Amino acid sequence: MKPAEVDYVRAETVEHALALLAETGVDSKVLAGGQSLMPLLAMRLAGPERLIDIGRVPGLDRLEIVGDRLVIGALVRHHRVATDPLVARAAPLLAAAAPHVAHPAIRNRGTFGGSLSHADPASEFPACALALGADIVLVSAAGRRTVPAETFFEGLYQTALGPDELLLEVSIPVATPDARFAFVEFARRSGDYALAGLAAAARADGDRLADLRLAFFGIGDVPVLAAEAAAILASGPHAETAIAAAVATLDAIEVRDSAAAGAAYRRHLARVALRRAARALARPEAAACR
Amino acid sequence: MTAPLPAPIGAPVPHRRTWRLVHGRGRYVGDVTVPRLLHAAFVRSPHGHARIDAIDVGAAAATPGVVAVFTGADIATVCRPWRGVHGLFPSLNAPLQHALAIDTARWSGEPVALVVATSRAIAEDAAALVVIDWTPLPAVADPETARDGAARIHPDLGTNVCLVQSHESGDVDAAFAGAAVVAEETFRFGRHTGVPIEARGLIADFDPTERRLTVHHSHQCPHQMQNDFAVLLGLAEHRVRVIAPDVGGGFGIKQQLYGDEIAVCAAAMLLGRPVAWTADRLESFTADIHAREHVVQGRVALSAAGDILAFDVDDLHAIGPYSQFPRSSAGEGRAVVAQTGAPYRFGAIRARATAVFQNKGMSGHYRGVGQPIACAVTEVLLDKAARGAGLDPIAVRRRNLVRAADLPWRAPTGVTYPRLAFEECFAALDAHLDLEALRRDCADARANGRLRGLGLACFVEMTSRGSGFYGTGGVAVSSRDGCTLRLEPTGGIRCLSSITEQGQGAETGVLQVIAAAVGVPLDAVDLLTGDTATSFHGGGTWGSRCMAIGGEAAWRAGRALRAEILDIAARLLQADAGALDIRDGVVVDAATGGGRMTLAEIGAVGHFRPHEVPGAQPQLVASASYGSEAPFRPGCGLQLAVVEIDPDSGAVRLERFVVVHECGLVVNPLLVDEQIRGGVVQGLGAALFEELLYDSEGQLLNGSLADYLVPTAPEICDIELVHAHATPAGGDDLGIAGVGEAGTTGASAAVLCAVNDALSARGASIAQIPCTPERILTALGVI
Ligand SMILES: Cc1cc2nc3c(=O)[nH]c(=O)nc-3n(C[C@H](O)[C@H](O)[C@H](O)COP(=O)(O)OP(=O)(O)OC[C@H]3O[C@@H](n4cnc5c(N)ncnc54)[C@H](O)[C@@H]3O)c2cc1C
Repeated sequence: MKPAEVDYVRAETVEHALALLAETGVDSKVLAGGQSLMPLLAMRLAGPERLIDIGRVPGLDRLEIVGDRLVIGALVRHHRVATDPLVARAAPLLAAAAPHVAHPAIRNRGTFGGSLSHADPASEFPACALALGADIVLVSAAGRRTVPAETFFEGLYQTALGPDELLLEVSIPVATPDARFAFVEFARRSGDYALAGLAAAARADGDRLADLRLAFFGIGDVPVLAAEAAAILASGPHAETAIAAAVATLDAIEVRDSAAAGAAYRRHLARVALRRAARALARPEAAACR
Repeated sequence: MTAPLPAPIGAPVPHRRTWRLVHGRGRYVGDVTVPRLLHAAFVRSPHGHARIDAIDVGAAAATPGVVAVFTGADIATVCRPWRGVHGLFPSLNAPLQHALAIDTARWSGEPVALVVATSRAIAEDAAALVVIDWTPLPAVADPETARDGAARIHPDLGTNVCLVQSHESGDVDAAFAGAAVVAEETFRFGRHTGVPIEARGLIADFDPTERRLTVHHSHQCPHQMQNDFAVLLGLAEHRVRVIAPDVGGGFGIKQQLYGDEIAVCAAAMLLGRPVAWTADRLESFTADIHAREHVVQGRVALSAAGDILAFDVDDLHAIGPYSQFPRSSAGEGRAVVAQTGAPYRFGAIRARATAVFQNKGMSGHYRGVGQPIACAVTEVLLDKAARGAGLDPIAVRRRNLVRAADLPWRAPTGVTYPRLAFEECFAALDAHLDLEALRRDCADARANGRLRGLGLACFVEMTSRGSGFYGTGGVAVSSRDGCTLRLEPTGGIRCLSSITEQGQGAETGVLQVIAAAVGVPLDAVDLLTGDTATSFHGGGTWGSRCMAIGGEAAWRAGRALRAEILDIAARLLQADAGALDIRDGVVVDAATGGGRMTLAEIGAVGHFRPHEVPGAQPQLVASASYGSEAPFRPGCGLQLAVVEIDPDSGAVRLERFVVVHECGLVVNPLLVDEQIRGGVVQGLGAALFEELLYDSEGQLLNGSLADYLVPTAPEICDIELVHAHATPAGGDDLGIAGVGEAGTTGASAAVLCAVNDALSARGASIAQIPCTPERILTALGVI
């Protein structure tokens, strides 16, 4: 299929992109890695009048530690998230999640900012951002604002991004030495979007877990924080009874149903993911598991 | 033929075309350019079943760049409708089908109108502007509803049943009454499709001054299409030329006539300008041929000692809204009836196959055509019966397999198998691995709570059909192939063959046969295929036949050319042709090997100084065509799968996959291996991943490669290949059996058996493919 005719502008700077976005009366869409937007255009499921390509805007691919935060620019590619030692050190959950995002060719082009902006409910990075308590920095010609991940994801492919705004960067607290994380995903094939998955982050506090955040993806319209389950798991030393109690709280979570996977199946996978993650988090070397 | 055949027959020569393709020198339909080319886009039915009340093409036709918009009625002015009938099945209901739907659309994706414009993008823009008034009609989606429900897809037929095929032989009821164990199962097979990487497409160029149609067509059977286009478009067949250039995969998907494709030819005729169209992936999913979608009730009767007494199978399969053309939709059910229990000796069978119409995409011949269904039903029933009787399922197989002593084996299905080699296959399997150790390993794992299982499927593949099926049935499909060889003046050989190439490598095999037959190096032969203007009218690719049939024609043409070259040499050298030989491209003294003349010298004399050849007019060309006199040639083998199921997620992981195979003369083991591996992967896809999901209104729910799950490399384990060798058949031919469908025929069965072996740890079982994790967990009672 061929996309419908569309205007194309390459933004030279952030300011240029923002000025273009501020123009009213023209339906514009930001183009980053194009790995979600181009298929939508080709299948004519999206039909903007104008594409604003931010792909060559200098500075948007910054990846650095500023104080106690890791700052990931909107244009940082998935491949870099998967392989850059800085990410592995400062946000190992992201490094563990990245190989589950699509395939190498797509990871070479797809961007971190694009992944959060697109907000596919089965996407890995939005859930990681939620689990890590990320702040998402948005800019428009009118100024800059910071939105916490908790309120950024509003609905199916819906975010707090206004039509004139650009996702500039994401800032994540740098992992402390006592940080623990777990990442569990179920997909039909290697590289597929998740049927269900869980991104979990915490700190070890003796034989307890502190600041435990459990972010499920693939089961609802947005990544879901399982606060009740986290409270149960964090409240006492790790025990199978606590895990069972935490898993039981998932019955209350709303789970989507689709031809690819029914709701009962997705809920079951969420339970399995939680069990696996909880066991992994209890180990001192809590690392990614399948 | 029993004498050892000369090299390079038997050599592992890499597929020649690959070299060119990986260098970006492919020439697919999409690479062909023609002056004044126009591009087509289709308007397709969004409904599973709906009446077309009115079509308004005004806005589309007014779009700048649009040259024409054609409705079904417009196309019908130059294109006759057709019925997919078959003379061997007179009761087959074959409704009239038009290239584009005229008053009723019967599947979501059926072409309804055609926009022709100066670019594809403009054609797509305009297609979106065609306004159709629809009245939705009740849709019939699943096979049981189609058979039993009230809604009719073709009201004038009074039924949704296309064809019932039945066969009964032996005393089935007595066999079941006297059986020690009866195993029974209801099987469900998902709807699949072949997913060639290159989508269907063509460029049709019509010259009205000569009423000459030239079509570059991504197709397996260009000669068949030449005939179909000529007959349906009212053209002289010898002025229709179909060229299948590089074709990126077929698998049966590019084997029939498609309404959208002939509509493109019709548009070219109506406009007098060339028109191109290539399906996009969504069109491929909605409008390519689908396959399978069976519900089978099966029973097997076993004696206490483990003898198979009888099979009883009742197959229901759904084929979309029409009988496919030109081959009809009889083949799928025919294979189920004919191939149930194929590897085994047994006395009685009752088999019935019912094909029904439904409001889903057209269904037809995909790699294996019904044989994978027969194999899976047979093998799973045998496992179940053996378990029920407390017998070892593999011992039951070994006990019942057709042996050399039983040949020719007249099966109660009515099929006679001239040659099967299961004893050799089992011996080769036993030499390759320790089956008992593998089984112990699985049993130990299960004893430890893991879900690990082994499945072994025996399969027979019917290859290289003779002309008794299509020819006798009045279907204009050739079961022969031809080969013409020409000696060029400088000694090279040009081959014009009617086989076709979609990536399987048959061309390379045919080259090897020619090089061996004449006695020249491989590189001295060049091969042209896929062009109906240059080659003999032949079958092309279907039913595992290119090497067996086309290779045989090539051998005969090669021997004939060789004989003429030797005759000319003998005349020039005043020698006895019998004392000469051709080795490595040189005419030599057969006794000493001493060189006498090069082929270049023969070529130069023959073409430029023929008067020097005493007593003969050099022809320097030889042709042969060949069709099998037998109804088919069987290939056979074993497929073994070891799987481990994650009891939490329900995911099935392939741990090991082994194919043992016997296919007569192996011209090129590399090609055979890759044909089987490719076929296995398609069978594994069917068993574990692939399924076209429709809702009850006939809407396809997963028409993209993100949603229709074709297995990729990480999902597949290594596929171990073992060649078994049995005594050649001993005819006057090369004794090649096809291998194209072998992998697909047995792979699903092996996996289904392995999954059930694994599930047996928890007393669970499954009789549905694909075995999705969700279905596995449901079978385990987890969800
Ligand atoms: C076959 C395939 C498999 C995939 N599998 C996965 C998977 O398993 N998991 C997964 O998470 N993803 C998957 N993806 C999607 C991939 O990760 C995309 O790269 C990602 O979702 C979007 O990033 P992008 O840079 O390509 O964005 P684009 O496609 O360019 O844009 C996507 C959307 O985000 C908007 N946007 C992009 N950047 C910005 C910005 N800075 N500010 C404001 N708006 C912006 C665009 O306007 C557009 O609406 C897959 C894609 C494909 C093609």
